[in-house]
Amino acid sequence: MGERLVTRGFVGRRAAPERGQRVPPGQYVTDDFPVLSAGPTPRTALADWTFRIEGLVGQPVSWSWPEFSALPAREYVVDISCVTKWTKLDTRWQGVSLDTLLEHVELDSRAAFVVAFCDGGYTTNLPIADVLNDRAFVAHGYDGAPLSPEHGGPARLVVPHLYLWKSAKWVRGLRLMERDEPGFWESFGYHNRGDPWLEERYSGD
Amino acid sequence: MAPLQWQVATVTALRSETKRVKTLTLLVPGWPSHRPGQHVDIRLTAEDGYQAQRSYSIASAPSAQPLIDLTVERVAGGEVSPFLHDELVAGDRFEMRGPIGGYFVWEAAAADPLLLVAGGSGVVPLMAIIRHRAQVASGVPCTLLYSSRSRDDVIYAAELERLNQRRDGLRVIYTFTRAEPPGWTGYSRRIDMSMLGEVIEGTGRMAQAFVCGPTPLVEVAARSLVDIGLAASQVRTERFGPTGG
Repeated sequence: MGERLVTRGFVGRRAAPERGQRVPPGQYVTDDFPVLSAGPTPRTALADWTFRIEGLVGQPVSWSWPEFSALPAREYVVDISCVTKWTKLDTRWQGVSLDTLLEHVELDSRAAFVVAFCDGGYTTNLPIADVLNDRAFVAHGYDGAPLSPEHGGPARLVVPHLYLWKSAKWVRGLRLMERDEPGFWESFGYHNRGDPWLEERYSGD
Repeated sequence: MAPLQWQVATVTALRSETKRVKTLTLLVPGWPSHRPGQHVDIRLTAEDGYQAQRSYSIASAPSAQPLIDLTVERVAGGEVSPFLHDELVAGDRFEMRGPIGGYFVWEAAAADPLLLVAGGSGVVPLMAIIRHRAQVASGVPCTLLYSSRSRDDVIYAAELERLNQRRDGLRVIYTFTRAEPPGWTGYSRRIDMSMLGEVIEGTGRMAQAFVCGPTPLVEVAARSLVDIGLAASQVRTERFGPTGG
């Protein structure tokens, strides 16, 4: 809309400037860690858990929980933003870089997109460029403790530079694809890419 | 899909539902209507250009009129909800866009019985379903299990009572977690698996469940429903946290 509509009497509360620069437009800072999901929290026994990379790769690869836990992990301290408007600064995760995971497969030259698939049937889609160069990791720890089920444990994808619905909870694998295919929320009117700094909340933003 | 444009919403009425909950009726010219369960984003702009956005569930049923109701809980210390409660008067305007969300929605054509589980202001999107069901005279059995702190905290109490009297297949079951009314013989504890097991007897296990409330309630209710034997796909959830307000 061309002209700004000022709401009479609204003052609002601004974040301190040093924090404000880290908060994407339309977001507010919270110190809680809200939980959002579309259905019941899945409960997969660790004995039945695997993480798989499939699709346009030379040979699919699959890790059991003990194997996955033994992969080189590191600590990530990142700011996260949920499309429901909250941003949480300096969240501390432990996880495995997608670069590390993808070293175990030979990528087909046609592979241009990734679909993360999850317990409960959730999916989300990402261009490969958004998950390479240490821009994404699979977290199995949060703040030094095992990742809790309501936050996506035992393992969740974390892609901190995109809205948090891309950081798929209860992730069980990645499928490499030639063509982009919308995931769960992307099929329900949410933006295909979801960059919080561009406020890519909904389709067409 | 066409972009969701910001539109101007004008407050036409404000109504207190409880001490901490108000309903705003908004006139939104050109509103494309919505499906029960969907929400909107609102954007408030201060004189200096500072903006804040929040999401609120739509409480009203779909309608041909360009009017929608949002029901807002006042979160003490929040940035937006205290403004909406304490400052806003009829005639005020802000920006809004929507409707948003396509999963936590009920289609009146669906034949499955409905089990609606609400905690506190989590009843809001479920009320849109209840109102829509009444409006289209759907014969689908519908049970609302609604957890509140006390009788005074029940949102839409009079309307729920009225709808409950219609004997059209709606059942409203309350549970009070802090104070029960004098002579109360119903539930007076947090929602748990045995309560859901009893309630679902009257609904059937083919029910489509919609659960909305604070995270602990949603976690317990969704997990219990799966333990009772509902498929995960029969249980749709939405969270209402007081965060940020």
